Amino acid sequence: MQRIVVIGAGHASGQLLDSLRRAGSEAHITLVGEESWLPYQRPPLSKKFLSGELTAERLAFRPESFYEKHQIHTRLSCRAVSIDRDIQTVSLAGGETLAYDLLALTTGTRVRELAIPGAELAGVHYLRGIDDALGLQADWQGRDNVCVIGGGFIGLEVAASARTLGKNVTVVEMMDRLMARAVSPGMSEYFLGLHTRNGAHVMCSTGVSELLGTDGRVSGVRLSDGREIPTDVVVVGIGVVPNQELAQEAGLACDNGILVDEFARTSDPKIVSAGDCTNHPNSLLGRRLRLESVHNALEQAKSAAASLMGEKLAYAQVPWFWSDQYNSKLQMVGLSEGFDRAVQRGNPDEDKFSLFYYRGDVLIAIDSVNRPGDHMPGKKLLAAGISPTPEQAADPEFPLKSLL
Amino acid sequence: MPTITLIQHSGESYTVEADDGATVMEVAIDNDIDGIIGECGGCCSCATCHCYIDAAYLDKIPPRGDLETEMLEFASSEAKDNSRLACQVEITDELDGMVVTLPETQL
Repeated sequence: MQRIVVIGAGHASGQLLDSLRRAGSEAHITLVGEESWLPYQRPPLSKKFLSGELTAERLAFRPESFYEKHQIHTRLSCRAVSIDRDIQTVSLAGGETLAYDLLALTTGTRVRELAIPGAELAGVHYLRGIDDALGLQADWQGRDNVCVIGGGFIGLEVAASARTLGKNVTVVEMMDRLMARAVSPGMSEYFLGLHTRNGAHVMCSTGVSELLGTDGRVSGVRLSDGREIPTDVVVVGIGVVPNQELAQEAGLACDNGILVDEFARTSDPKIVSAGDCTNHPNSLLGRRLRLESVHNALEQAKSAAASLMGEKLAYAQVPWFWSDQYNSKLQMVGLSEGFDRAVQRGNPDEDKFSLFYYRGDVLIAIDSVNRPGDHMPGKKLLAAGISPTPEQAADPEFPLKSLL
Repeated sequence: MPTITLIQHSGESYTVEADDGATVMEVAIDNDIDGIIGECGGCCSCATCHCYIDAAYLDKIPPRGDLETEMLEFASSEAKDNSRLACQVEITDELDGMVVTLPETQL
């Protein structure tokens, strides 16, 4: 019987397993996951899970019964340490080896760690997995002051959750604006206002030089300008790095992620890879990139599953993302990087507006706040390469649907 | 525990027990029923858990929110008066016996 080993237990992994069985794969499948959890929904960790509205069992990507029913052998709390491509085996921590005919790497990313004095103090948290979120939840119980280092999606979602729980929140961001890597200055400005209105104290253009401690526990943050902010808890959200070492040490081509083609195939024909850990081509965007996104993980996993089944399903999708902060739902489609004109539709003062980004006459991305009626047809417009005129985009009454 | 019935577009029907407080989307996923995707995990961001609710039960469910209504307008299969996003419909005892029909496509 053909043996497939899947390393990594995130969104891409869950989807890959689902797609394989739905396509009729009868292979002997083993899932190797470093955490003690089966694949689960990560996005709620910084939102509804952290604020206590969702429990861990409700995060499952598929229930436990799915793995039993589809005869997927799961090896949790188990780390793969090396791949021997010549004899097609994976070595696990503890010495055991698993033989494979086909291998899937869905290893995801890990948090970038803060490299300053005091980073090892108790009370300093990162947020990537359920265990991190549970640890943070337990730790900030009964503590009032939270300092978030990093004003990206994770940092701001944590800040919003902490404010919702009534905590005093300070956000420290090194760049001159929030979510600078993902959204335009106009959108950053809206979110600065949103957090400020909701009582968070946001400091941009501010670095952190040291975490201060008392008896081994964090008690303050020293900023690069020398000021000190007293705090009870620190949450660090300064980005992630791809888990590519396993692939790299096995000699697979890597460059800011595991290099794959549009069919999610690595440089070894027996190995596919999908999700946040891949550097992949996107024909719609006309370039290679690495994305940290649920949609990317799911869709690329479908291509990877097809490749494992000996079929070809090219991955070519317009990227989309979302973030929920307070009562504002941000939905983003396309990549706005490199835009030369932003057209506003709707009214930011009513927490309901979109920015349409153009490069020349071509629409390249849309960011929407509480306007899914722009986001949803926007996905289709961008996929089809149709650009509304800036005048049409600016008129909230103009039906975007009519262009499809 | 309330029981609900999900009917796929093909006509295949599943009658399953549903936990109080779970959403219809979670019930479909938990029972491995094809036809509900739930790409965003259930936060009203993707419109891939579109379903049609038995008219007799519509008034036992809190009404659609503005965002949900706007999302549904652009769902892949046609939205009707009884359309809902399954992630926004929470199971209560009152929904015992409800029939939910799934659309032809979610993507």
